[in-house]
Amino acid sequence: MANTRIRTAALGVTTAAALLALTACSSSGTTTASSTASSAATASSSDAGSASASASAAITGKLTVFAAASLKKTFTQFGKEFEAAHPGTTVTFNFGGSDTLAASIVSGAPADVFASASTATMTTVTKANDNAAAPVNFARNSLEIAVVPGNPKGITTLQQLSSSSVKVALCAKTVPCGAAAVKALAAAKVTVTPVTYEQDVTSALTKVELKEVDAALVYRTDVQGAKGKVLGVDFAAAQQAVTSYPIAPLTHSSNSAAAQAFTAFVLSAPAQQELAAAGFQAP
Amino acid sequence: MTGRDLISSAPSRRGRPWRRRRAGAVPVVLLLPAVLGLAFLVLPLVGLLVRAPWSGMAGLLGDGTVWPALRLSLITATAATAVSLVLGVPLAWLLARTDFPGRTLLRTLVTVPLVMPPVVGGVALLLVFGRNGLVGRWLDSAFGITLPFTTAGVVVAEAFVAMPFLVLSVEGALRGADSRYEEAAATLGASRFTAFRRVTLPLVAPGIAAGSVLAWARALGEFGATITFAGNFPGTTQTMPLAVYLALQEDPATAIALSLVLLVVSVLVLVGLRGRWTGGPA
Repeated sequence: MANTRIRTAALGVTTAAALLALTACSSSGTTTASSTASSAATASSSDAGSASASASAAITGKLTVFAAASLKKTFTQFGKEFEAAHPGTTVTFNFGGSDTLAASIVSGAPADVFASASTATMTTVTKANDNAAAPVNFARNSLEIAVVPGNPKGITTLQQLSSSSVKVALCAKTVPCGAAAVKALAAAKVTVTPVTYEQDVTSALTKVELKEVDAALVYRTDVQGAKGKVLGVDFAAAQQAVTSYPIAPLTHSSNSAAAQAFTAFVLSAPAQQELAAAGFQAP
Repeated sequence: MTGRDLISSAPSRRGRPWRRRRAGAVPVVLLLPAVLGLAFLVLPLVGLLVRAPWSGMAGLLGDGTVWPALRLSLITATAATAVSLVLGVPLAWLLARTDFPGRTLLRTLVTVPLVMPPVVGGVALLLVFGRNGLVGRWLDSAFGITLPFTTAGVVVAEAFVAMPFLVLSVEGALRGADSRYEEAAATLGASRFTAFRRVTLPLVAPGIAAGSVLAWARALGEFGATITFAGNFPGTTQTMPLAVYLALQEDPATAIALSLVLLVVSVLVLVGLRGRWTGGPA
């Protein structure tokens, strides 16, 4: 009988384990900007934003926006303003890595608008004929060296990151911030051996915030968004690796009027001012 | 006896008239959900196999990321299992065989890593074992040891998520084992440790084996805690699941190829171990 028990346990475990081996989890946060009375305050400022006044009467219902993780703060605010400007609309966001989002859209995820952190990922969507209109660049972002507050290692140049006494986190080359880092380092002719290639820009920033690394190459907007938990150091070669952010309404949208209006809203002057305030550069 | 027959519809028993030993047909209420359950578990694997880029497989696997990652995965998962065994078996014994206030709470705490999202586990590990962590700061200043971004860090992350599987399996086995054998050993003059070593351990060996396999498998597939705590650097901390995830960002075909390699290797190892433990034909 003992033998039977072992056999049963071992077989069950073998099957379970084979499946377990493949569980790699990833998540992309989904947030809903609820239209509440509190957002009424911002409504007046966004009136000008709803420039597409001719269509505004028809705009209602649910709108799902897939946006790059670096846009989280600004776009969550845009969502509230858009809802206030168009009563009856509910804007839901799915923030994540642009590559992941593009892959979901191509696989048929129910998205109405895609705002990406790279032209390449937008091209993935364009190639699959998922764009309703040609993508338009609405912002640009450049890299900065994020260092621990007080800058204990005294980092002022990109060259210092190649020192072996400085622990550096870079984004993996497969994600936009990593691709930008490769470009910037190549432009500056600096070779950096990081301790880690992070899966996205937020993880790289977190490593600096937790002081596990001395420096990381992240976007200027991330440094600004970290509100003093990290310090940003500008470097000249950053201008050689500026990332463009394209936005486009999607073909399979179930609410294309709202999708077009939201895209127009992001390109409007007030929205552009907010993007600039968050550290983005004009497109 | 029925359990045994169900398991071993294997070649050696094919000749047996199995139907005769069943009282009637398998009830549909059991068969239908069972088949659905099996399909649900197996179909994703079929999907991987179907969509695998078979023609370009050699090229995808030959780009130099696979073997370092696979090697690292196998080494770290095995080390994490060893750590889990050394610390987990005594912990399971403590939970099953001793009585002290707060034991139920302690048992619940042991299962916390099971319910905690692994990424959260990784952050928690950073807060404790990181360069500025509660323990890590002291490790750094006293011994110059920093765990994040090292292979040892991968083992720590994997052991953290895998150990509960082992503890729960062994604890279950201990509760199921008859404690009168230990009492008999004690009356014959064995110390509590001798009784544990000579009587209890052999008695619960199957439970320990099953727990080790579960822990090993969990460690092999570990992603969230590893990438958060140990980071991702080829050859040092980039295990197979990390390589798969990052490949998925760029080229799904490579990710599928890598997944298949991990799957095949883990199944081979598990089947091999199973044959050894049961002592019979696997």
